[in-house]
Amino acid sequence: MNKPSSVLIIGSGPIVIGQAAEFDYAGTQACKAMREEGVRSILVNSNPATIMTDEGIADVVYIEPLTVPVLERIIARERPEGLLATLGGQTGLNLAVALHEAGVLDKYNVRLLGTPLAAIQRAEDRELFKQLLEAIGEPVLEGETVTTLDAAHATLERIGLPAVIRPAFTLGGTGGGIAYTLEEFDRIAQGGIDASPIHQVLVEKYLGGWKEVEYEVMRDGAGTCITVCNMENLDPMGVHTGDSIVVAPSQTLSDRDYQMLRTASLKIIRALGIEGGCNVQFSLGPRPDVTAWEPGERQALPYYVIEVNPRVSRSSALASKATGYPIARVAAKIAVGRRLDEIANAVTQKTTAAFEPALDYVVVKIPRWPFDKFPLGDRSLGTQMKATGEVMAIDRTFEGALQKAVRSLEVGGRSLLWERPEWSNDGEWPLAANDERLWTLMAMLRRGIEPLAIARQTGIDPWFLERLENLVAMERRLLSEPLTPALLRRAKRMGFSDRQIGTLADLLPEQVREQRQRWNIRPVYKMVDTCAAEFDAATPYFYSTYEQENEALPDGRPTALVIGSGPIRIGQGIEFDYCSVQAAWALQRAGYRALMANSNPETVSTDFDTCERLYFEPLDEEAVRDIIENEAGEGEPPASIVQFGGQTAINLAWPLTAANLPIIGSDAEVIDLAEDRRRFEEFLQRIGVPQPPGSAVTSIDDALKTAQSIGYPVLVRPSYVLGGRAMEIVEGPQELIRYMSAAVELESGRPILIDKYLLGKEVEVDAICDGAQVLIPGIMEHVERAGVHSGDSMAVYPGVRLRPDEVETLVGYTESIGVALGARGLINIQYVILRDAEGGPSSIYVLEVNPRGSRTVPFLSKVTGVPMVEIAVNIMLGRSIATQGYPAGLWPKQPLIAVKAPVFSMAKLIGVDTYLGPEMKSTGEVMGVDRTYPGALAKALLASDLMLPRNGAVLLTVADRDKADALDVARLLHGAGYRFYATSGTAALLRAIDIPVEQVAKRVAEGHPNVIDVVAGGLVNAVINTPEGGRGPVRDGFQIRRAAAERRIACFTSIDTALAAAQALAGGAGYEVLPLPEYRSPAAPGMSDAR
Amino acid sequence: MDEQAWLVLEDGATFAGLAAGAPLRGFGELVFNTSMTGYEEILTDPSYAGQIVTMTYPLIGNYGTNLEDAESRQIQAAGLVMREECDLPSHWRSGESLRHFLSERGVPAIAGLDTRALTRRLRSSGVLMAAISAPGEAPEDTLAWLRERPLYGTTDLALAVSTPVPYAWEAAGGEPRGQIAVLDTGVKFNIMRVLNTKGYRTTTLPATTDAADVLALKPDGVVLSPGPGDPEKLDYVVRTVEGLVGRVPILGICLGHQVLGQVFGAKTYKLKFGHHGANHPVKDLPTGNVYITSQNHGYAVDGEGLRGGAEVSQLNLNDGTCEGLSHRALPIVSIQYHSEAAPGPRDNMYLFDRFLELVRAGH
Repeated sequence: MNKPSSVLIIGSGPIVIGQAAEFDYAGTQACKAMREEGVRSILVNSNPATIMTDEGIADVVYIEPLTVPVLERIIARERPEGLLATLGGQTGLNLAVALHEAGVLDKYNVRLLGTPLAAIQRAEDRELFKQLLEAIGEPVLEGETVTTLDAAHATLERIGLPAVIRPAFTLGGTGGGIAYTLEEFDRIAQGGIDASPIHQVLVEKYLGGWKEVEYEVMRDGAGTCITVCNMENLDPMGVHTGDSIVVAPSQTLSDRDYQMLRTASLKIIRALGIEGGCNVQFSLGPRPDVTAWEPGERQALPYYVIEVNPRVSRSSALASKATGYPIARVAAKIAVGRRLDEIANAVTQKTTAAFEPALDYVVVKIPRWPFDKFPLGDRSLGTQMKATGEVMAIDRTFEGALQKAVRSLEVGGRSLLWERPEWSNDGEWPLAANDERLWTLMAMLRRGIEPLAIARQTGIDPWFLERLENLVAMERRLLSEPLTPALLRRAKRMGFSDRQIGTLADLLPEQVREQRQRWNIRPVYKMVDTCAAEFDAATPYFYSTYEQENEALPDGRPTALVIGSGPIRIGQGIEFDYCSVQAAWALQRAGYRALMANSNPETVSTDFDTCERLYFEPLDEEAVRDIIENEAGEGEPPASIVQFGGQTAINLAWPLTAANLPIIGSDAEVIDLAEDRRRFEEFLQRIGVPQPPGSAVTSIDDALKTAQSIGYPVLVRPSYVLGGRAMEIVEGPQELIRYMSAAVELESGRPILIDKYLLGKEVEVDAICDGAQVLIPGIMEHVERAGVHSGDSMAVYPGVRLRPDEVETLVGYTESIGVALGARGLINIQYVILRDAEGGPSSIYVLEVNPRGSRTVPFLSKVTGVPMVEIAVNIMLGRSIATQGYPAGLWPKQPLIAVKAPVFSMAKLIGVDTYLGPEMKSTGEVMGVDRTYPGALAKALLASDLMLPRNGAVLLTVADRDKADALDVARLLHGAGYRFYATSGTAALLRAIDIPVEQVAKRVAEGHPNVIDVVAGGLVNAVINTPEGGRGPVRDGFQIRRAAAERRIACFTSIDTALAAAQALAGGAGYEVLPLPEYRSPAAPGMSDAR
Repeated sequence: MDEQAWLVLEDGATFAGLAAGAPLRGFGELVFNTSMTGYEEILTDPSYAGQIVTMTYPLIGNYGTNLEDAESRQIQAAGLVMREECDLPSHWRSGESLRHFLSERGVPAIAGLDTRALTRRLRSSGVLMAAISAPGEAPEDTLAWLRERPLYGTTDLALAVSTPVPYAWEAAGGEPRGQIAVLDTGVKFNIMRVLNTKGYRTTTLPATTDAADVLALKPDGVVLSPGPGDPEKLDYVVRTVEGLVGRVPILGICLGHQVLGQVFGAKTYKLKFGHHGANHPVKDLPTGNVYITSQNHGYAVDGEGLRGGAEVSQLNLNDGTCEGLSHRALPIVSIQYHSEAAPGPRDNMYLFDRFLELVRAGH
């Protein structure tokens, strides 16, 4: 096949559950591969918080909504010869199919590169895939692909309960599940049919307790096939692999098992005709003494093929990091016609990509779930993925890797010692799969319950439980025996942290560390080299273990360590990985050796060629200090950068400072000044910048007194917040008492902050400070009024509704705060503006100052063209803003408007209320950029799937305080031809302005048609539901919002967002489609091709 | 409690570990294998006679052992070195734990040492003679003992592991399609199993069988088996094969391939640390196809000296060494790796089919 001269690469859009940072990693690798091949790359993605959308990565970058019309305009403009669609997740794949079906690919002669469309369809369409498996003699589960509930019932009669329902073409198994009863079956089957874009679900026999094993395989155009890695799930069948604890390579498979499944994988990708990467999932017969099973009558092989992903996937990102084999890079090269044996192995630099990695370590992945943010959400795990991210750890034993992975999760510092208090006594153990099951297993083993007994209840292979029992045995020794060098070394080899050992042996973590150093028990670092040391490799990719030989020797050159941000979670997403990667690159450009520490396998930061040395380690004090000490050797310790890795990295500022380890950029003192409410208040007073009245309290009495004096409503939150965790707007004393009783328990010792809640316009500023001067790349104005978490707000650059005097004050305040704080590097400040009713000067208050890189850094860097991270890093290295050639003050406003919009994953999180409030709920973001505000807004809405269709109906049910604003929304929608359903109060309002409306019952108990019928019955295209004040469980509102989430229709819970959507609809939604840098240059006449 | 043991190298280096097999001394040439599964197949592979095997994958013994997966009637390796031994295996086919399997058969093993450091050492020094101490033994005593042992390659290991008497295995599923003679210089059972499954009866013959006796069986084809040791020690096997070439289709595997190479004039030479693993890419020169292969050899054929119509047909993609021979006129298939897998990928079973096509064409 001849190599194309240019390719279009489709990214995966916003981070949602089931599609996270792994596709930024894949897309970035693809762009690099194209550059190596001399192929011009044109990248499109709607997600600005990605490295792949950086202008240095691809040759042409579009940050535009991922829709067929937009992509067609890009194709028409760029005329790429090829389309690379298998690296942008399910989104990329679905778009490629849609572009083909719309005739766009044919029209512009665009070749689909890599795996052919027919192969994709054979793999993705359940029925075609089943036929293919039967034709090649691979065992396939009994089941049927159906499109109606009746047909599903017919299948169920044949196979019996329990049954699995898997919808076709959905992300992370959305809309599927396991049904044990007929009632569940009906609900899940109908949900799955609705969720599938082709309304097709597979109904299959459920293999509870069977092992789940995956193979990552590659095939080139010449037919050479290899397996990169296999992985075994600790959790047996029934838990989505994205929600399973996964081990690589497999641990309980004999060579015969391993090769049987390997052979099957290769047979399948040959039959499909994959050209690139592919993931094959199997279910393998378990130990019959654990879970009874009989080989099926139709075939004797002890396995079934479950499914394939004919593309780069989350599992392939994990496999890449687990082995060092760059799957996405190789897949991209295969797509442009390279054979595996023509692609160099970037790790060894001696061999080729035509080989299979040999691991000499164990890898454990644990998903990171959002239930710390959603304590009321349904924590149970099944076929629908719920994790937002994951961590990976590497060690030479399973025990070591598992414990390091647990440390990497960063769930309140919880080690495997943690137990839920209610578990201990009554003999009932919650063994159904949920996010806490690993801890339950440990608790049971501690109480002497036999591994085999637990295996029989959970289907988990006893091998894993025996390893957990080893940990329990070590816990007992540490509790009862004196700590000797031999015992301490043994505990460290099993992955026990100094903190855990301290807890068990009654020592402080620091004492354990000192003891360790006295006995010379230090970690060594071993290389991930793809070949188990057979060849001398050049990869700078290391993990710690307690053994003899250290391979990561110190290097005398100037060095700095970038501390990454750990797993993707709500409140700490891919933006921080973007910042960390940029920081490493900036260090390199400044002549430094950049080191990276991180625990997240999905990211660009953990790509081994991002920096000089990658330490794949937990981001806790112990691991980071060990890394720094290892790098120091006998010399000076390298400096650490803590301001780009979100709260994870910033939390290490104090421990590192206390250990006398250097930090560059704003130091621990600056961070503390900004985060300590009392000190911060004094600071602001001193420099004359106003703050909403309030204070920090530690008791309910103080809280009530404070609230009384400043007046309700008040905003309450714990100090040291991450993504607005447990932040609430409280309207009265009753609620405040409830909040305080729960929250003090949550955050023992640390105070709760109570501030006057000011209902104004919220504004966010990111700035760069060198200690003397401040550069402000831009000011962002939130669409939603204060009270909605900034991460969940739509933000507009530049502040289009801000007055010049307001901008001037914001700039002045930002400069004084930055300089007076002595901040070095990035700083993020949130303000609220209260306008004067008489038109006088507005009052502007500081809500929050974060002396670190924020969520909006990539967005603002991209729209303004200011390389914010690089400037900040150079400041840390001692170069002022001026010497870098940048002016102080506000950076010139760009001739564009950009709107950042949050994206939620609410359909996947059952039981979670979707209303917008002070607690962050979104998982990702998109950007809409254009010359005009309506254009940018329309794109942001399109990209976040909130764009209202051209005509339709809406359910309107709004709180009294929003009724006036709701009229504006209603008029706009009415003008656009919308029909209305409303509850009594809102309906009366609409009738008063002569808008026809169908009134529906507000309460479900009031009969039909009620609000839920309207939503669930598909009568409306959108819901506008703003909750009444107060936090009591607003059950009806909650049910409306959940119904909308499950129906996958837009649900606006802030009247401001609804108004923006209505304006975009009324504005006709014309927009341009341009490469990002072109928006920053003034529009040339006649360039616009707006429709 | 586990007793301390030592791994002692000929250069005097010592590694402390814990005894994990029979409480005996053992010595041999120390090699490393990078397969992540298949320790039982490796231990019972006669090609490991005279060698101590270090598994680079750290967790060994997880799925126990069973009699079906053995590649010969006994453990052939002289010892086993592991990072982490699993003494509580979990697998429905597991009969006994690895430790029991080793102890019952009198083979020493050592666990708990830095096998990656050891592998890196072997990678730069090349293979070394080594010994596993008896539990509790001082390492100096083990070293002194090791220095009195014969070097690997100085004894005829192939003869030592070969069957003393011929034996036949029947074809699966009724009337055999033919008979294949297997010249046993250290054969793995899976070679016969594969041929039996494909409908052929196999007769496995001692390494010392001469050409006339082989041909007297009227075989439809001959397989020259893998095996241990220096191929240049096997002049008697070379003579036998000289008498077979051109008279019957021949499949040479590993040591058998090295024997064939010598028959066609090539020299063999010792590799620095050999190929032992399940992930070696091999390129088939006529087609350009690349195959992942299972390998276990310390010597290789130097393709330069080939004559008489034989030519190099396959190359190792990692280091360019000869991986296969073909003959312009004669029915010969010859490969340096293990098409029979066990352990390792089964991608190369096609070679048996290619050989059996020659066998069938010979009728």
